[in-house]
Amino acid sequence: MTENAGTSVLGFEPQIGTPSRWSGWRGSLLQGVGPILLGLLAGGVLLLIVGRNPLTFYGTIVNRGLLSPSGVQDSLTRMAPLLFMAAGLIVAFRANIWNIGGDGQFLMAAAVVSGFGPQITGAFPGGLGLAILCGMAAAAGGLWTIVPAMLRAYYGLNEIITSLMMTFVGVNLANLLIKGPFRSQATNVPQTDVIPKDDLLPVIPGTRIHVGILFALVAIAMVHYVMTRTSFGLRLNVLGANPRAAIHVGIDVRRLTIVAFMISGAFIGLAAGIEILGVWGYVRADWNPNFGLTLFALVFLARLNALATVPLVGFYAVISMGATPPPEKQACLTISC
Amino acid sequence: MAEVSEVLDLSPAAGEGGTGPLVEVRGITKIFPGVVANDGIDLAVYGGEVHCLLGENGAGKSTLMNILSGMYRPDAGTILVDGAEVQIDSPRVALDLGIGTVYQHPTLIPVFTVLENLVLGQGRGLSMDTKRALAGLKQVAADLGVEIDPRALAGRLALGQQQQVEIVKALWGGSRVLILDEPTSMLTPQGITELEKVLLQLKERGLAIIFITHKLHEALDVGDRVTVLRRGRVVGTLGPEVVRSTSRDELQARIVTMMFGEEAASLAGVAEVRGEVTGHRTARQVSSEVMLELIGVSVEPQRSEIGIRDVSLAVRRGEIVGVAGVDGNGQRELAEAVAGQRSVHTGDVLLAGQSIRHTSVSGRQRMGLRYVTDDRVGEGTVSSLSVATNLILKRIGDGPFWKRGRVCDDAISECATDLVDSFDIRTPTIETSCGTLSGGNLQKVLLARELSFDPRVVVYNKPTHGLDVKTTYAVRDRIRQLAEERQVSALLISTDLEELLDLCDRIAVLFGGRLMGVVENEVGAELEVGRLMVGGDSR
Repeated sequence: MTENAGTSVLGFEPQIGTPSRWSGWRGSLLQGVGPILLGLLAGGVLLLIVGRNPLTFYGTIVNRGLLSPSGVQDSLTRMAPLLFMAAGLIVAFRANIWNIGGDGQFLMAAAVVSGFGPQITGAFPGGLGLAILCGMAAAAGGLWTIVPAMLRAYYGLNEIITSLMMTFVGVNLANLLIKGPFRSQATNVPQTDVIPKDDLLPVIPGTRIHVGILFALVAIAMVHYVMTRTSFGLRLNVLGANPRAAIHVGIDVRRLTIVAFMISGAFIGLAAGIEILGVWGYVRADWNPNFGLTLFALVFLARLNALATVPLVGFYAVISMGATPPPEKQACLTISC
Repeated sequence: MAEVSEVLDLSPAAGEGGTGPLVEVRGITKIFPGVVANDGIDLAVYGGEVHCLLGENGAGKSTLMNILSGMYRPDAGTILVDGAEVQIDSPRVALDLGIGTVYQHPTLIPVFTVLENLVLGQGRGLSMDTKRALAGLKQVAADLGVEIDPRALAGRLALGQQQQVEIVKALWGGSRVLILDEPTSMLTPQGITELEKVLLQLKERGLAIIFITHKLHEALDVGDRVTVLRRGRVVGTLGPEVVRSTSRDELQARIVTMMFGEEAASLAGVAEVRGEVTGHRTARQVSSEVMLELIGVSVEPQRSEIGIRDVSLAVRRGEIVGVAGVDGNGQRELAEAVAGQRSVHTGDVLLAGQSIRHTSVSGRQRMGLRYVTDDRVGEGTVSSLSVATNLILKRIGDGPFWKRGRVCDDAISECATDLVDSFDIRTPTIETSCGTLSGGNLQKVLLARELSFDPRVVVYNKPTHGLDVKTTYAVRDRIRQLAEERQVSALLISTDLEELLDLCDRIAVLFGGRLMGVVENEVGAELEVGRLMVGGDSR
């Protein structure tokens, strides 16, 4: 106990007060679900103040987003990019790398995929073209992290700031590409050429849901496995939990920082690739769904546990699709946001 | 100004031939998962006295302190301040009740000035009343007989000075009870002398001081009353009359018996407790084969460090070479340069004749070079991971624990169970997170990790620092055994001269980042080492 005094004061706080309540999976569940319930409660109070019945209101959202056949399909479709992005954020956050630049990585990948999409899907037969495009999306997202990754690994610069700055550059560069070299000549609206519907990702038979959700679930399962069962995952966890211990035990911290950052960016790039190849087929200038910051809250509610993000992302997809009125949603899914 | 004078102006009721105790605990019990840290502890602390809490690591001293300072809440028992029962729910409450605490590790904010640190958390308004604080600091410092520059950054102060600031801070709101947790563990001998002076001043002012330590001689040096804890229970208290009237030798014998039980008092390891200087190790034949060689090694200093310059040193097979010196004279830089954790600016490091200057930390590991760090919590272990994982933390990805990058739980738990057994690591299970272990057990985890899998050269950095006597004895025994029986070479960095004299074949002295000389460990070595330690020239 003696030598530990310093830690017990600072690093060991769960023991202070009531130790057992927050530990174990029950505590995690409470910490994940509790804030959501409180949020719904607060929302309900606001609704009451403006004179609406919260139960009817929430009921409508659940009806549209979950209980109606088209609603549940839209929600599942929305989950695909969100899950990829969650996978990417978890890899970075676990290693204590604050990749705030998700939106920049997402849009760079989206611009690359939509810009080259029509030619590549035209030049290669179905599956191969899509695979190449997904690879390009991952590469674009991954490469967009390289500046903050190197600056952090070699000079110790705070990646929160650098990756955020790279987001501004990324968002604007993506727009520049869409308004410039990738701009479609077929329409007056600044957007890329549209990938023919037949060349997009196939849907799960009997539904309107594209197969991206399946890939996303595989990605989540993979990240969970790597994080809990592999040496690479343990190295990331050690780096995240105690960077000095990482140096001490001989982990190549520079290399791991860069690799983790790039994997994070690659997953976020894949999120964009799946969204473009599954839903849109093109990108219009100034389009930015801002998924990045939304997911921050979700992955932290999931306590950086990949599997736990699935229900949370599902929940978010339901309220986001359920809260969008049907005509707009239609517009949202087929034309533009 | 009225409040300023209150800082140390104690009500006469508080102490000085005082009637009742200032603070009293009755039947305090605190249970952590798997361990009863405090088991029905009764303790009374009086004004004008230094009350030493003595016990081994894990005896429950720090837990009791954390209960008094409001960090933990007891599961049972009552606390009385001035005879009235109180609930200490938070550190704030403890301060309001006049109980100030100085923790073992500095808690000052390094980038703030001394003054800013002092006013932190004090007044409840928004503005910082620096003028009053400055006057208060001046007075307290004068009263304690210390000198502190209020504008200095806390992080730039020596540890002894930081501790003085912590003491001032603990007394700031007019505390009458001061708790010091292992206050000497970070101090130089001069720092300890100064601390003793400060304690004397405080005592004269009627404060009650709770002095937590596991070093017997310290308790005898400063304590007016000594309470011995063992496994969470009070095994006995020696009152001031007894302490004053009994001879030192007899006191030692009695306390040793209380701390370790009858049978243990005769243990060889306890000889050191009794203050008997252990003899020099007998000269023995070591092979002439050089295992570790430093040739003119220089390391650039980082931040407040001193770096090392032009250090040349050779360690032969099976030899233990000590590195003596006052803390902060380049010891960590030296250890990390050998371990590969920081780059060598000029010079070269050879392992068995092969340059390892550009070899990575893990590469050196694989070649049999091991480093037992002195920073067990900060870099030696990952608190949130299990004991088992920490035991194989330097072999991530290696077989048989991982096969093609996939973890093999069985291999890990088998290995961890073995190591926990053979190194006597006290942990509820191997899945327990490392952060819950006591300091002695953490050190055993580090030793188990570094000394298994065929070590050839081991760098020990303060291997027994902060450990209780039994563990210290066990660790030293292991270091010696490894060198003698398995011919493992050791570079033993220590600030404890007695330890170096006990274990080493030769002792090198670091001062100001330079090697002042290497002394053969023979009769008279301590004088020569001592002279070099304060910067004297080598003969």
